[in-house]
Amino acid sequence: MRRAVALLFVGLLVWGLVGWAQPGKEYVAASETTLAAVAQEVFGDSAYAPAIMRATNAKSLADPAYLKIRTLDMKIPAGAKLWVPERAWAEAFMAFWDPNRPEDLFGGGKLVVGSWWTAGGEAEGLNALFEIYDEYYPDVQIVNATIAGGAGFVFRAVIKPRLIAGDPPDTFQLHAGLEVEGYSPETYLTPLDKLFEIMGWTEVLPKDLLDLLLYKDHFWGVPVNIHRANVLWYDKAIFEKYGITPPENWDEFFSICEKLKAEGVVPFVMGNAGGWEAAHLFETILVSTLGAEGYKGLWTGETPWTSAGVTEALEILKKILDYVNPDYAALSWDGAGEYLIAHKGAMMIMGDWTNGWFMAKGYEDYGWAPVPGTRGIFDALSDTFCLPKRAPNPINALGWLMVCGSKEGQIAFNTRKGSIPARTDLTAEEKALFNPYLQSCMEDFARDAIVPSVIHGAAAIESWVTDFKDAVNLFLATKDVAGTQRALVEAAEAALAQMGK
Amino acid sequence: MTMGRRIPWQRALLYLVLVGFAAFYLMPVYVLVVTSLKSFAEVNLYRMWDLPHSFSLESFRKALLGGFGFTGLAHNFVNSFYVAIPATLASAFLGSLNGYVLSKWRFRGSNTLFTLLLFGMFIPYQSILIPLVQTLMKLGLYGSIPGLILAHTVYGIPITTLIFRNYYATVPRELVEAARIDGAGVLGVYTRIMLPVSMPGFVVVMIWQFTSIWNDFLFAVTIAQNPAVQPVTVALNNLAGSYIVEWNVQMAGSLMAALPTLLVYIFLGRYFMRGLLAGSLKG
Amino acid sequence: MRRRWLKGERLITLLLLLPSVIAVAVFVYGFIGWTGYVSMSNWNQLLPDYTFVGLRNFLKLFAHPRFQIDLRNLAVFTGLFLTGSLAIGFLLAVLLDRKVRGEGFFRTIYLYPMSLSFIVTGVVWRWLMNPGSPQMGSTGINLLLEKIGLGFLKSGWYTDPRVGIKAVAVAAIWQMSGYVMAMYLAGLRGIPEELREAARVDGASEWQVYRYVILPLLRPITLGAIIILGHISLKIYDLIVAMTGPGIGFSTDVPAYFMWETTFHANRFAQGAAIAIILLLMVSLLIVPYLIFSVRREAEV
Repeated sequence: MRRAVALLFVGLLVWGLVGWAQPGKEYVAASETTLAAVAQEVFGDSAYAPAIMRATNAKSLADPAYLKIRTLDMKIPAGAKLWVPERAWAEAFMAFWDPNRPEDLFGGGKLVVGSWWTAGGEAEGLNALFEIYDEYYPDVQIVNATIAGGAGFVFRAVIKPRLIAGDPPDTFQLHAGLEVEGYSPETYLTPLDKLFEIMGWTEVLPKDLLDLLLYKDHFWGVPVNIHRANVLWYDKAIFEKYGITPPENWDEFFSICEKLKAEGVVPFVMGNAGGWEAAHLFETILVSTLGAEGYKGLWTGETPWTSAGVTEALEILKKILDYVNPDYAALSWDGAGEYLIAHKGAMMIMGDWTNGWFMAKGYEDYGWAPVPGTRGIFDALSDTFCLPKRAPNPINALGWLMVCGSKEGQIAFNTRKGSIPARTDLTAEEKALFNPYLQSCMEDFARDAIVPSVIHGAAAIESWVTDFKDAVNLFLATKDVAGTQRALVEAAEAALAQMGK
Repeated sequence: MTMGRRIPWQRALLYLVLVGFAAFYLMPVYVLVVTSLKSFAEVNLYRMWDLPHSFSLESFRKALLGGFGFTGLAHNFVNSFYVAIPATLASAFLGSLNGYVLSKWRFRGSNTLFTLLLFGMFIPYQSILIPLVQTLMKLGLYGSIPGLILAHTVYGIPITTLIFRNYYATVPRELVEAARIDGAGVLGVYTRIMLPVSMPGFVVVMIWQFTSIWNDFLFAVTIAQNPAVQPVTVALNNLAGSYIVEWNVQMAGSLMAALPTLLVYIFLGRYFMRGLLAGSLKG
Repeated sequence: MRRRWLKGERLITLLLLLPSVIAVAVFVYGFIGWTGYVSMSNWNQLLPDYTFVGLRNFLKLFAHPRFQIDLRNLAVFTGLFLTGSLAIGFLLAVLLDRKVRGEGFFRTIYLYPMSLSFIVTGVVWRWLMNPGSPQMGSTGINLLLEKIGLGFLKSGWYTDPRVGIKAVAVAAIWQMSGYVMAMYLAGLRGIPEELREAARVDGASEWQVYRYVILPLLRPITLGAIIILGHISLKIYDLIVAMTGPGIGFSTDVPAYFMWETTFHANRFAQGAAIAIILLLMVSLLIVPYLIFSVRREAEV
């Protein structure tokens, strides 16, 4: 008996540590009572009655042994079985439930999840989240509303009109950072500050990420993962053949390029068919020339775009163009990666989703290093899920957000997607579940200075990202350093004015 | 040249040029077909022009039904029919009414009205896209097949009116007069005289409308991006932009997206030509 | 009595036209008006902001490097596309008009691209014009050229900013030149043989017959073709989307593409509306005189 209690205690402790919310406990009414009285008894506050009603009704949909509660003031007969949710869940429910929506007290219904994760590991990761959700909310029918195309570009173009038309999904994918501005969150999204507070997420997410998540002083999305943008990938076979080690700075980088070019190898490969890949490269160069603080300052107005670091970055990009594959306009980043796989190209700079793609291709002969000059800096992007104001099933979405923020959800998702959890409270055993690249990435994430990626929606509002992308794209043809810098200065002025800075 | 002396080498040159151009026009189809029929093991960008060694329909199966991480075009195919058929019928019917009135019941200002209608055929649709999206949202039709049908019907009116007006102009006035003496009114003339002879006109108009609606991308990508209602052109474009979809699957998808209009062209080419020429107004 | 009867009929004819007239009035003219209004507003974020700003969006646009490139690209594209399609179309029509055996067969082949979607054309030509590289090997047309010993003709196609939009024009010519051929062929068939004979009897060479007899007679068809191709060219969008996207340094970008991207990706609705209005004005310059001219002339006949 003692052992059983001890085990139960340990079990509960584990649940508590994992930060898991939905599980509650069974409650059998000893005598005829009311929900308010039960709430008073369990939570010390009769106001929690609606939370118990919702939890019990959801449970009864899956298990008829539980009482079906029709109204808040219904008499609960003696011996009736209720389900009392955990305090955190009850608090979250009370914080987000709209008393004008009595339909939310009955459970069931759908959960429509919008995302652009249609392929490979991303889709597998999403499915893992669905499985966990389904375990805890079997009463809810999950609808996977994915839209493929262009790193979320198509998705965003579809989702906006739906938001405006008042027909949003229950929750959808959103890059952490200023991308949220493009959705006019004050009008269309629900702030999640309360949820962060209740779930204690402010304690387990790194401060740099929390800063990134704040827009107009509110949290609008729950982060599930972190990707790193500033990674240099290289083909080990070529590096070994020519006795090369990964470059630490741009001088080393270019001397390697010279050497390889003479050998008939493409020193550096890129693609730009998606229109954003070159801008991604340029962003990481900016990080290297300006450093973490300087780069971050570009997007807040503290670092002037006229500074020498920007000029230097443009000069570096210009020089890189002398060493790239000639067909880069026709290739997307993965097409460029084929050069590495074929041992015809030596290096490429791309985010760490490349790792998952290499693995899927069965290519193992690759190595990685930070982009030259960015050791100690982590150029990050993060996917989050948000809660639209007019979500048809907001309480179902609330449960989804809790799954996304939970350790269990993040481990299941990220091991499959090939990214690292946004939470930094993983134990050593939990970290061991990830592949070698991701483990080294987690170490860097915990240690490095974190800066927001611009091309992936973190650092700037969408119109600024567009202008930034356009300026870089134009530069590829003109190679006009001064003119491009002027265009970047103008874009910054316009965007900062729009942001009221 | 029928009367002139035929010099054999001139004739040979003539055929050489004709065959050369035929090769130019067929080149993309060659690549499409050859690539679609190759097995996955055989697909290689650097052996694009080689004939397949084995015969495989795997690409078509994948393009239609989807594969790991992407959905096939099968339901988009169905969507395209759902959009094209009603919109074709509706715009053809409206065009026939307009064409009838504008050719046989002219009134003061009817030519001006006709010109104003025709203008709608040439406008760049970008110039109505934003209000169209806003209006469809207000009507609750945004992102739905009925919304797309509405757009295609309305913007099809000018061309269908033009073709029918020109077609009905060839119906002799005497026939109309005779029917009127028999006591037929506006609708009577239409149902008794015009409709029975309209079949060729309808075929031309419907072929034209079906082809342009099936091939449309701009309206579809703006109004119906939601995967559930996407027509095949939008889905094909997404398929081609997705890195996990093999090249031969894209080719098979393209071939299938092209097939309905291609078949219409091959089997009803005569009417297709007539529509093309009608589309160029009467010079 | 008779007049009232007429009045009733008049009413019915108007009622028959009414649905279409209302639809076109709202969906064409009303919408254009609204787009014009938006183009002079401040709606450059997700939420509408109809503050009147005059021509500011237009002025900014003309100063925008991307838009300037777009206009240049459009001019190059239209010029190439028109001359290419007209020249090839005319050549093929003249050749086919010479009592060619298998005329129907050739005609079918030359014309079939017209029945395809620009998306299909774009997807195929993107692969055909993918140049490959010395390290990985050539692909597409470059590979074909290598195989038939014309390797010196290899090009970067759309990946080379200096070629850029011209590569897209080749695909467009491929698609539309058959259409021009069909128009010319119909025109040639309408020219009585006696006219040519008369010219030949007068001692005109074959070249002179075409130059001074046939071409002038085909002028209305040339005009019609220019109008049709011209408005397609100014609106070109699908082909770019499927084939190249905006390209390196916007070397394959056009106003219609910019319009869609800036409106529905960057939320700059006012800017998008301004581009749309400029496109509309360009098309109108081409179309309106032609429309008025042809409808009026028809009325006179």
